Amino acid sequence: MATKVADTGDSAAPRKQPDAVVVRFAGDSGDGMQLTGGQFTLSTALAGNDLATFPDFPAEIRAPQGTLFGVSAFQINFGSREIDTAGDAPDVLVAMNPAALKTNLPALTPGGLVIVDTGEFTKRNLDKAKYDVSPLEDDTLAKYDVLKLDISAMTIEAVKDFGLGNKDALRCKNMWTLGLALWMFDRPRKPLHDWLSQKFAKKPEIAKANIAALDAGHAYGETAELAGPLRQVHLDPTPTEPGTYRTVTGAESVSLGLIAGARLLRLPMFFGGYPITPASAILHHLANMKEFGVTTFQAEDEIAAICAAIGASYAGSLGVTSSSGPGIALKTEAMGLAIMTELPLVIVNSQRGGPSTGLPTKTEQSDLYQAVYGRNGDAPLPVIAARSPADAFECAIEACRIAVQYMTPTMLLTDGYIANASEPWKIPDPDVFERFPAEFLEEMNGTDADGNPMLLPYKRDEKGARPWIKPGTKGLMHRIGGIEKAVDTGHIDYSPENHSAMTKARKDKIGNIRVSDQQVALGEKGGKLAIVGWGSTYGPIHQAVRRARAEGLDVSHIHVRHIWPMPANLGELLKSYDQVIVPEMNTGQFKTVLRDQFLIDAQPLNKTSGQPFTIDEITSAIKGALG
Amino acid sequence: MNEMTKIETTLKDWVTDQEVRWCPGCGDYAILKAVQRTLPELGADPSNTCFISGIGCSSRFPYYIESYGFHTIHGRAPAVATGVKLANPDLDVWLVTGDGDGLSIGGNHMMHVLRRNVNMQIMLFNNEIYGLTKGQYSPTSREGTRSPSTPGGSVDRPAQACAFALGAGARFVARGFDVSKKLPEVLKAAHAHEGAAFIEIFQNCIVYNKDVFNDFAAPKGAEENQLWLENGEPMLFAGGTKGITLNHETLRLEVVDVADGDWKAAGVLVHDVTNRAVAHMLVELPFGPFPMALGVLYDDPRPSFEKVVQEERNRATEGKEPNLARLLASGQTWTVEE
Repeated sequence: MATKVADTGDSAAPRKQPDAVVVRFAGDSGDGMQLTGGQFTLSTALAGNDLATFPDFPAEIRAPQGTLFGVSAFQINFGSREIDTAGDAPDVLVAMNPAALKTNLPALTPGGLVIVDTGEFTKRNLDKAKYDVSPLEDDTLAKYDVLKLDISAMTIEAVKDFGLGNKDALRCKNMWTLGLALWMFDRPRKPLHDWLSQKFAKKPEIAKANIAALDAGHAYGETAELAGPLRQVHLDPTPTEPGTYRTVTGAESVSLGLIAGARLLRLPMFFGGYPITPASAILHHLANMKEFGVTTFQAEDEIAAICAAIGASYAGSLGVTSSSGPGIALKTEAMGLAIMTELPLVIVNSQRGGPSTGLPTKTEQSDLYQAVYGRNGDAPLPVIAARSPADAFECAIEACRIAVQYMTPTMLLTDGYIANASEPWKIPDPDVFERFPAEFLEEMNGTDADGNPMLLPYKRDEKGARPWIKPGTKGLMHRIGGIEKAVDTGHIDYSPENHSAMTKARKDKIGNIRVSDQQVALGEKGGKLAIVGWGSTYGPIHQAVRRARAEGLDVSHIHVRHIWPMPANLGELLKSYDQVIVPEMNTGQFKTVLRDQFLIDAQPLNKTSGQPFTIDEITSAIKGALG
Repeated sequence: MNEMTKIETTLKDWVTDQEVRWCPGCGDYAILKAVQRTLPELGADPSNTCFISGIGCSSRFPYYIESYGFHTIHGRAPAVATGVKLANPDLDVWLVTGDGDGLSIGGNHMMHVLRRNVNMQIMLFNNEIYGLTKGQYSPTSREGTRSPSTPGGSVDRPAQACAFALGAGARFVARGFDVSKKLPEVLKAAHAHEGAAFIEIFQNCIVYNKDVFNDFAAPKGAEENQLWLENGEPMLFAGGTKGITLNHETLRLEVVDVADGDWKAAGVLVHDVTNRAVAHMLVELPFGPFPMALGVLYDDPRPSFEKVVQEERNRATEGKEPNLARLLASGQTWTVEE
């Protein structure tokens, strides 16, 4: 657990330096909190601290100012040791208005530091936040250290020389706040100065004003340190593997992984997408990477996006499509077409809260059934789940490999948390990845009864995959489609024996996909308890298991990347524990699949609030099971 | 159409070994023959030709043409074909769809493939009925059509395929019918057009909507009932005794009598395939007061979607090296020393 930043004791007492801190910036949607958080993240990464972030923003673009539902927050956990989650409870809360205070205060660690902009605590804003009495004046904040600063006024003062109107001047508030945060955690300002100068290159006055606000916030920290709860904290860089690092969000690393995957296949990539939160960012990233042989296509709808990708795969490109729950639902019929025609396709699902429109900007893992089972007919396809933003890179490469080697649509699951959150990533050397170039059939692959060469579009190789035949190839004309096809020839064939044979061939092909054996993430094979996770629950589970083991508890962490087909040794491994608990951000979907596949008594631990698990929630479950 | 190397084939080269499974007497047979007759005349190469279809009777078409073929899902063929063309612009793509597939479940995709102007020939077989699902009324069925789902007669107003296509932004709109001798000429014109070429082909469903087009498609009275449009030629029918003129006061088309072949004196319009305003009137001409307007109603090419996508890509990537190592290391980085 992160240590407190503020020390309410005697200011002369020696300062205890924590090994991790959780900070949350919260303000109105228009206050630039995501920008502040993003830049603070960058400065943290540059300081060499490990980190994890959690951007939490409303679905509305600009919700009415000052309202409770318009609050946008950005949480970051960083430290001098390994960080796996965005942190359970903030040690520092920066609240830019009453609504931000009200919605975020319950999460704050008791004794934590809250910094408020008193300039925003007007009667009007208090009313909007449904405060009868100002929380600055009653005992609402009694449990915490409080720093009441008129950030609004100090920002206006700091930028007064630049001739900005009041409204524009106040837009620099987030930079004042960031300046203070930089001081609090002993960070250099130079990278921010450079960034602001570049961002506002065409509006030098705005750049100067923002820099002045940033410097003023920083200077405030220096001068205010002498009295009150504000303390400067220095976290040493996290000991970590040597190498070059950057931060990535899940959307970035999926995009980079797809590009790397297409290169390893030596194929051009075609990406068909339709705007949807939180998946759109992948389309945006790839649209800027055309020099890597990527064609991006913003289709008229989700169905057209996947169908165009299928068409591109048919024509010999790596077809990719991406969406989020409701969009994936629309693509379902086309997935069946790709399964039936046995064409490669990568489908990225950035899961969000559902059903229907659900919680567009909140995270959930509730599309697992949809991914594994959610199609008409017996329609198996491989499913891979990324555990974190950085992990999504390799998962995307793996999806590309499986899709082409097995001639199958392949689904990559991320979620809203992974898509938006960022973490440090050790930049890989692209040359270390094993290449898996795609192969196309160039000549007839069979002989007819008279011994003449003939084409068999559905003749299977040792993996059960059919050949990939590009239209345009001389002499290999043939027809494919969604109607059941005869073994080998691919002609229309509804006969009972043929449908049974083809259903089995499709099932076996997917079931026999070779995936690496399941490892134990933390702990050992066999014992009293295994916590089995998939996707973005990796972080909180890992931390909770680590802590429990430090207390001597017999618990191991198993993290499953290959959801379908599962690693061959998974059943045996799970049966080596007395108890299995499956924490999931849904009502127990993976738990049910595990029970079905292995007849084990997997127990659910569910969270459906649109928020990631906290470490404490997992810890309680471990203690409950072993207590 | 594409810049393509012409090769020599005969009708037989375009026939597959698959048994054709349409009802005996279906108009689809005539269209299949017309296409198989046209392809050799175009010098088309079976290895470089791709027929893509949706779902419905018409959409079985690719199985019967000896080329590459993709029988996709209901309504989505335009989207699949768009991906095919973006991935390989050199393929000669023909889209086969019907009134249900192309204007009902796939109406959205039809609109977008036309406005984007993806380079392909789109043949919409319009039989004004759902055939494969056994005879329900379709979006082009006339008001009052009795069908299993409309026992008292349909009440919704029919869509007009060519008006829809033009409204969606199509740069080529043509009309023909299954047994017409002139259908190959229409197909050739469509193939010659660079961009999305939309061809509505009236097709007789002899089981569920028999002879619904007989009013104008029957050989008897054809002269009176068919207005075959040709670029640069006067809009004449009924053996040259009648023509189409524009009333300059009402801005409406009207039928006029032509005396002694003097169509100029009668004010008959000369068909200009690039005149979009007149095309809008031609696609809306009601049959009855007017003959059925057939042939190439509109043909005014614009650069195809694949071409502009390629041009945009060239602009966007000019001077950029596809250096993956550098891409991975973009943004602010930091190094942890040994």
